Amino acid sequence: MQLDSKIPEGPLAEKWDKCRFSNKLINPANKRKYEVIIVGTGLAGASAAATLGELGYNVKSFCIQDTPRRAHSIAAQGGINAAKNYQGDGDSIFRLFYDTIKGGDFRAREANVYRLAQVANNIIDQCVAQGVPFAREYGGTLANRSFGGAQVSRTFYARGQTGQQLLLGAYSAMMRQVAAGKVKMYTRREMVDLVLVNGAARGIICRNLVTGELEKYSAHAVVLATGGYGNVYFLSTNAMASNVTAAFRAYKRGAGFANPCFVQIHPTCIPVHGDYQSKLTLMSESLRNDGRVWVPKQAGDKRKASEIPENERDYYLERKYPSFGNLVPRDVASRNAKEVCDAGHGVNDTGLGVYLDFADAIKRDGIDVIRRKYGNLFDMYQRIVDTDPSKEPMMIYPATHYTMGGLWVDYHLMTTIPGLYATGECNFSDHGANRLGASALMQGLADGYFVLPYTIANYLAQVPWGATDTQDPAFNETVAAVKERTASLMASTRNGKGKETVDFYHRELGKVMWDNCGMARNAEGLKVALKKIPEIRAEFWENVIVPGKEQELNQSLERAGRVADFLEFAELMVRDALAREESCGCHFREESQTEEHEAKRDDANYSHVAVWEYKGDDAEPELHKEPLTFENVTPSQRSYK
Amino acid sequence: MASKTINILVKIWRQNGPYVQGCLEEYPLRDISTDMSFLEMMDVLNENLTRKGQEPIAFDSDCREGICGMCGAVVNGTAHGPQKETTLCQLHMRQFHDGDTVVIEPFRSRGLPIVKDLVVDRSALDRIIQAGGYVSVNTGSPKDANTILVPQHVAEKAMDAAACIGCGACAAACPNGVPMLFLGAKVSQLALLPQGKLESKKRAIEMVLQMDKEGFGNCGNERECENVCPKGIKISNIARLNREFLKASFTIDH
Repeated sequence: MQLDSKIPEGPLAEKWDKCRFSNKLINPANKRKYEVIIVGTGLAGASAAATLGELGYNVKSFCIQDTPRRAHSIAAQGGINAAKNYQGDGDSIFRLFYDTIKGGDFRAREANVYRLAQVANNIIDQCVAQGVPFAREYGGTLANRSFGGAQVSRTFYARGQTGQQLLLGAYSAMMRQVAAGKVKMYTRREMVDLVLVNGAARGIICRNLVTGELEKYSAHAVVLATGGYGNVYFLSTNAMASNVTAAFRAYKRGAGFANPCFVQIHPTCIPVHGDYQSKLTLMSESLRNDGRVWVPKQAGDKRKASEIPENERDYYLERKYPSFGNLVPRDVASRNAKEVCDAGHGVNDTGLGVYLDFADAIKRDGIDVIRRKYGNLFDMYQRIVDTDPSKEPMMIYPATHYTMGGLWVDYHLMTTIPGLYATGECNFSDHGANRLGASALMQGLADGYFVLPYTIANYLAQVPWGATDTQDPAFNETVAAVKERTASLMASTRNGKGKETVDFYHRELGKVMWDNCGMARNAEGLKVALKKIPEIRAEFWENVIVPGKEQELNQSLERAGRVADFLEFAELMVRDALAREESCGCHFREESQTEEHEAKRDDANYSHVAVWEYKGDDAEPELHKEPLTFENVTPSQRSYK
Repeated sequence: MASKTINILVKIWRQNGPYVQGCLEEYPLRDISTDMSFLEMMDVLNENLTRKGQEPIAFDSDCREGICGMCGAVVNGTAHGPQKETTLCQLHMRQFHDGDTVVIEPFRSRGLPIVKDLVVDRSALDRIIQAGGYVSVNTGSPKDANTILVPQHVAEKAMDAAACIGCGACAAACPNGVPMLFLGAKVSQLALLPQGKLESKKRAIEMVLQMDKEGFGNCGNERECENVCPKGIKISNIARLNREFLKASFTIDH
C-alpha cells in the first residue's frame, strides 16, 4: 500500500492555494458528462452533493433514512468554530489551526488542519447567505460562545440546534439541485458494498430498504460521507442507524483504515440508567461555559447534592486546571470524570456520574438568561431524567460520541483506492487523536463545500467522460458476494436454530469494547478483547435470529448486517490500540502516563498515522505508517493547567 | 427519579405493505420500567417477538433525542403521544400507568402512505421543500457574514420557525391531513430573514401548489397541528404563510 499524502510544497499558508492552482480543471460544458456517487447526506455529504450539482456534475446521492434531512449531523448541538475574530479577542486563522492541532494532541497533519482553519470563515459566510438563523447580538451582528480547548470566543451557534440548522441549510441547497435535475436522490438505501473496475471505484451496491432488492449504481467516482463508527460500543450518542458498513466494505476492497482506535468519549452525557437502554444522550459541551463540575470530597457520600455544603465539594476540574477550568478539552474532562468515579466519588445510584451545577450561573445571570442559552437542553434533560437542572445539578457521565479514526485520505480527500473519496467523520484527516468541540460541523462542511469540489475535478479530468453503466462483470460479482453473505446471516433462523437477537450480540460486543478499549486501555485488557471478539462473532453467525424475508422491509436484517461488520471492525480497533503503545488525546494507554496521570505521548516512536491494510479474512491486517512532521508548530506535552 | 415498573397492554397497527389490509394487534407487556423511553418499550416488545419467532413491528427511529424527525406514531389518538412538545422517542413510560391500554397507530394522511406497520412514506415533504424551500445561493464566495445584519428578535422568530423537524405530525393530527404547519414554518423562516426576501413571492406560491399536487387537503384553522408539534411551532407561522401567499398572488410580476 502506497501512502502518498500529496501535501503541496511551500509555506503552510500557501499550500491550499498551490493545490487549487495545480489541480486540473474541467470546463463547464464537460462537467455535465461526469457522474459522482455520494453516499450519506449529513453535513459532508449534503454540502458536497449541493456544490457538485451547482457546478454541473450529475450527482447520485444516497441515504439510509426516509429523507436526507435526518442524517445524524442534525443532532450536533453546540456550534461551529471559525476564526472570524468578530469578538476582537485575539483570534486568527493560525490560532484556530494551533488550537485544533494541539487539541488533537499532535496526531493530525499540519497542512490539512491549516486548510480547515482557512476555509472555516467561508463556511459561516455561506451558511448565513443560505438563511441559517444563527444567534445574533442586539445590533444584528453574529453572536459567539466559548468551547472547550480554546481561550477565545469563536463558536457560532443556533440555540442548542446548530447541527440541525446547518444540515437543513445544506439539505435545502441540495433540494434545490434535486429540483434542477442535477442531484438524483435515493432514500432508504443502504450501501452494502463498493464496486471496483480495474482497481478504481466505479460504483456501489445498495440494498433498497423498502423492497429488499440489491441495486447497482455506477459513476466516475464515489464519495463516502457515511459518518463514524461509535455504535461499535452499542451505547453511544450516535443515531440508531449510524454504522461502519460502508467504510468497512471499502476497507475490505483495499482502502487503508487510519487510526481506528481514536474514539472520542464525550464528557457530558446523561448517565446509563438501565440494561434496556438503546442509546445515550449528549448534553452539549456548551453547558460547561456556565455549569461547574463537581463531586463530593468524601468517597461514597450518598447525601443529596443540596445537602452537601460548599466546602465538602470538589470542583476537580477548576482545582486541577485553573487556566481552562471546566473548559478543558473533552478527553481530559472525560478521563478526570472516570478517575473520580473509580475513586468512589461518583454520584448517581450507579456511582457512575458527576454533577454539572448551574446554581452559581443562575445566581449570577438569573434564570432567564440561562434558560435562553440552554432551555432546550434543560427540557431534554428533564424529560429523560425527570429532574429539573435549574433546581438540582445535572448528573453527567462520559459516553462514546465521535470517531477521529476513519478511512485514510490524502490531501485531496482520496482514499488509497483511486476514485474513492471519504469526507467528514468518515475520514481520519483533521482531528488527530482528539476533536475539539464545534469542530466536527466545521470539518464536515469544509470538506463538502470547499475542499472536495476542487480536488475531485483533478481526478475526474483524468477519467474519460460519458454515461456510465453497470455492465462490467464486477457489478454482478459484487452482488453475488452480498447475496451469499445475506443468506448466511439468515441461515440459522431458516434452520430454526437461532438463539438470540441481533441486539443481544451487539450489547455483548459493546461491553467488551467499553471495558477494554474505552476511556483507558492497557495491553492486558486489549488482549482479552482480541480473544473475546472472535468468540462473540462465531456465536453470532451461528445463532443470530433474523426473522422475516430478504425481499421486504426488514429492520432485523438491516441491523444484523451492520452488527456483523462491527464484529469484524472491532478487532481492527483493538489491534490498533494495542499497537499504539503511547497515550495521546483520547487514546489513553495506562502504561504511558505522566506522574500526574496525564496522557504521555511518545513522539519518538508514534508520531505517525497508523494505516491498516486488509489482507484477507484469515490473515492479520498489515500496519503501514504515515510519518507526521511538524514544521510550523512544536509538539509539546499538552497543558491546560 | 423514582423508578418503578408497570404492566400494560399495547394495541399496535400491523400492516404488511401499502396495499394490504391492516389490523390492530394486542400485545401484553409486563415489568416495563417507567424510566424507559417509549421506543425502548417498543424495542423490548420486538426483542420478545423475535425470540418467539414472530416478526417484530416495523417502526422508524434514528437519533432518539428528538431532533431528526424520523420517529412518530399516533399514541392513544394523539400524534407523538400525550406529552406536550415531545417527540415519540423522548416520551417516557412514566407518562403511563399500571394497567393502561396503549393504542399505537401510524401517522395517517393521504399524502403520507403506509410502507409497513408504523412506517410511513414522507417523501412528499421533501418535494414541497424542492419547490422553493431554499435561498438560491451557490457555494462560492458570499460576502462577509456580518454584512447581513439581522435584528435579534427577528433572528429569534426565524429560529422558532426553523426548529421544525419535518416529522409530519402536523399532517397526521390535521382533520384535513395537511402539513400546513411544516410549510408555514419554512416559508416563515425565509420570509422573516433578509436573505430569503428576494424569492419570497415565488416560494410561497410554488410550495403551496406542490402541497396541493401531493394530495394534501387545506388548512381549516383547527389548530390540531400546533397542539401536537414536538417543537412548539406556532400557527402564527401559518398566518404568515397565508399573508405571503395572498400578497404574492396579487403582486407577483414574473
